[in-house]
Amino acid sequence: MSAFRRSFTRRDVLQTALAGGVAAYALGRFGLSPFSVGDAQAQAIDTLKLFVPANPGGGWDQTARSMEQALKAAGMIKAAQVTNKGGAGGAVGLPEFVNQWKGQPNALMIGGMVMVGALLTNKSPVKLTQTVPIAKLTEEQEVVVVPAASPHKDMKSLVAALKADPGKVSFAGGSAGGTDHILAGLIAKSVGVDAKKVAYVAYAGGGPASAAILGNQVAAGISGWGEFAEQVKAGKMRALAVSGASRIPGVNVPTLKEQGVAVELVNWRGVFAPPGVSDKDKKAMIDLVTKMAATKEWKDILQKRDWAGSLVTGDAYAKYIAAETTRIEAVLKDLGLAS
Amino acid sequence: MEALAALAQGFAVALTPVNLAWAFAGVFLGTAVGVLPGLGPALTIALLLPLTFSVPATSVFILFAGIYYGAMYGGSTTSILLNTPGESATIVTALEGNKMAKRGRAAPALATAAIGSFVAGTIGTLGLTFLAPAVVEFALKFGPAEYFALMILAFVTVSAVLGNSAVRGLTALFFGIWLGLIGIDLQTGQARFTFGLPELTDGINVIVVAVGLFAVGETIFLALHPQNTGGQVLQVTGSLMMSAEDWRRSWKAWLRGAFIGFPIGAMPAGGAEVPTFLSYYLEKKLSKHPEEFGSGAIEGVAGPEAANNASAAGVLVPMLSLGLPTSATAAIMLSAFQSYGINPGPLLLQSQPELVWGLIASLYVGNVMLLVLNLPLVGLWAKMLTIPTPLLYGGILVFATIGTYGISQSPIDLFLLYAIGALGYLMRRFDFPTAPVIIGMILGPLAEQEFRRAMTISQGDLSVFVTHPIAAFLLALAVLALLGPHVARLARRAKAA
Repeated sequence: MSAFRRSFTRRDVLQTALAGGVAAYALGRFGLSPFSVGDAQAQAIDTLKLFVPANPGGGWDQTARSMEQALKAAGMIKAAQVTNKGGAGGAVGLPEFVNQWKGQPNALMIGGMVMVGALLTNKSPVKLTQTVPIAKLTEEQEVVVVPAASPHKDMKSLVAALKADPGKVSFAGGSAGGTDHILAGLIAKSVGVDAKKVAYVAYAGGGPASAAILGNQVAAGISGWGEFAEQVKAGKMRALAVSGASRIPGVNVPTLKEQGVAVELVNWRGVFAPPGVSDKDKKAMIDLVTKMAATKEWKDILQKRDWAGSLVTGDAYAKYIAAETTRIEAVLKDLGLAS
Repeated sequence: MEALAALAQGFAVALTPVNLAWAFAGVFLGTAVGVLPGLGPALTIALLLPLTFSVPATSVFILFAGIYYGAMYGGSTTSILLNTPGESATIVTALEGNKMAKRGRAAPALATAAIGSFVAGTIGTLGLTFLAPAVVEFALKFGPAEYFALMILAFVTVSAVLGNSAVRGLTALFFGIWLGLIGIDLQTGQARFTFGLPELTDGINVIVVAVGLFAVGETIFLALHPQNTGGQVLQVTGSLMMSAEDWRRSWKAWLRGAFIGFPIGAMPAGGAEVPTFLSYYLEKKLSKHPEEFGSGAIEGVAGPEAANNASAAGVLVPMLSLGLPTSATAAIMLSAFQSYGINPGPLLLQSQPELVWGLIASLYVGNVMLLVLNLPLVGLWAKMLTIPTPLLYGGILVFATIGTYGISQSPIDLFLLYAIGALGYLMRRFDFPTAPVIIGMILGPLAEQEFRRAMTISQGDLSVFVTHPIAAFLLALAVLALLGPHVARLARRAKAA
């Protein structure tokens, strides 16, 4: 008798029925339904409307769906409705949120560090400051890796090679101007190398970049810790440094700062209310996400997804965004990507 | 034999009634979204991600894999019947498949696509079961220089669809390359040819262009020149089954398609479309009836259809053995793993054998289900063409419009669809081939990005394309394919003189 065999239980019967219903459910989710627009004046936070300026499946979408899961499980909302409007790192969705969602008390947009950079490189006329910052929710550290066969054992050795000839140290990472590229630029600048000389090889994301690193095609790679963690654990890549203020709990990789590279960068994600909401509504939203961040459901999700919780709300969050924008704008200029 | 024992246990998982039901739901849904242009497996799976909150992991992945395989089958149906590709990997199928349908041979075309998909899907799944580690090792040898060489080889395939005038064909090709360049350049983050429209920053969807050029263009053409068809109804002539001749011409094409599709699918940047181009070119070159290409050659359906299904199996190789998502669909499937706290990576097979082998076993099951689901439908689908032309094409227009709107709910996409449709009409009217536009649009940006990556890594040293053995070999093949026939002709002439 195989250990994989399972008996046919009542629960299984229910699931079989569920499998049959999936087709109808999926076709209803394609946004072709006339009911998807919804009523702007729905009651307070019975129905939370989440606006995701990215396509389904990515980090912001996962954040939205995790919020839905945690808030519903904790009984803090009755339902959530997620709207996706992807494109250009959020620069396509933001104008829609700012213009068409104006004043809605029960709506939140997901966004983050990636959007700050994307709005700058795309020269977007709509700014993040036109929204009402509610809270920063999560942070993900970046990691610098080298192929397992690389001669570089620590950051010092990689930095020395970078200083000697930046053209020879190729970095694979996500798209130009994104978080990974920004970190490469910050590292170069802090060790006195012209950021424009960094041999940055852009891929569509951490997955395709991984292939180039595993295949020894590039000298190093940069991405979110989650993208490379399994490769590092399996010994196929060597992690030289993480980019946060302190080490990731349970991960024995030193920070950049520990190794004399004075750079700190995290990929943060948070939520924003549309312009024109009242102070009362703003406070209600801040209360909602603050309570959510304390629930067990939310903490479980953070652990599953390898995200670090990092709650900063209201005005402190707005200040944080302003500081990040200034810093990112500077490094994008160094990289020659913004004017 | 370790793999066999593990696979047997996988079947024990996949053949439970519950998982069979999930597999069926998957292939059914996959076929449906494959048929609709625009709605692809990636979007469908993304929208079903909330299921991961309430259904066990194995069942969810069996569902997702069914959707993925099913979409490859479904995409070919509309390509053949309506000249409206449902998926980018089935664009090539439309070239010969639709011509066959117009000659009343829709049923054999659909049958060779379905059986070829089954044969190649099974070969691909066998490869996934037994060869995954070796294939992955080979695929990782491909760096930017090798991919660039592969794309150059794929460009040779344009010569198979150029038509009578090289100037017209190349004009169409470069127009396609230009369309492909629209959007933000990955290597510099700068927008190109977007005319300040944020909706264009992520580029134009190739499905919108294919549906516009093929389906909308043809509809406009028929509406403006009804005398060309006389408004007559397409007749389904001959047998609904494939004849002995059809089988003889198809089986080698299936096998060749499978052997091109599987390894290229397994390459992290190979893409699902490239093997279909290569297969089409190869079949035209090897066919005993090259003159039939362009007017409905069955090999031109059998080969590319086999190639796209085998490449779908290939994509799962790096995903399951290394945790590398190499297509949009694979990336979303990987994010579903995370909902279960499973970290997909090189250790996935050791840590989750039940899930991985259950998934692989369900691919065999799903393939059989798809064949059983699709073959009986062939007759039914083919009857659809007996609808009078004006009504049929009116329906195609509705279908194309809904599908395009479904991609991103963007009115700009609809505008593009009709603008490109109008262009497709003009191209037909003035005898420009439309297929090179699609080839250019897909291959142009791939080749460009890989070339620039290779140059960044080599610091501008062009010799990487000849010093890397795989790249040099692929480029040599490309040169041979382009110049070989001319050299042979010159040699013959020299001998004669």
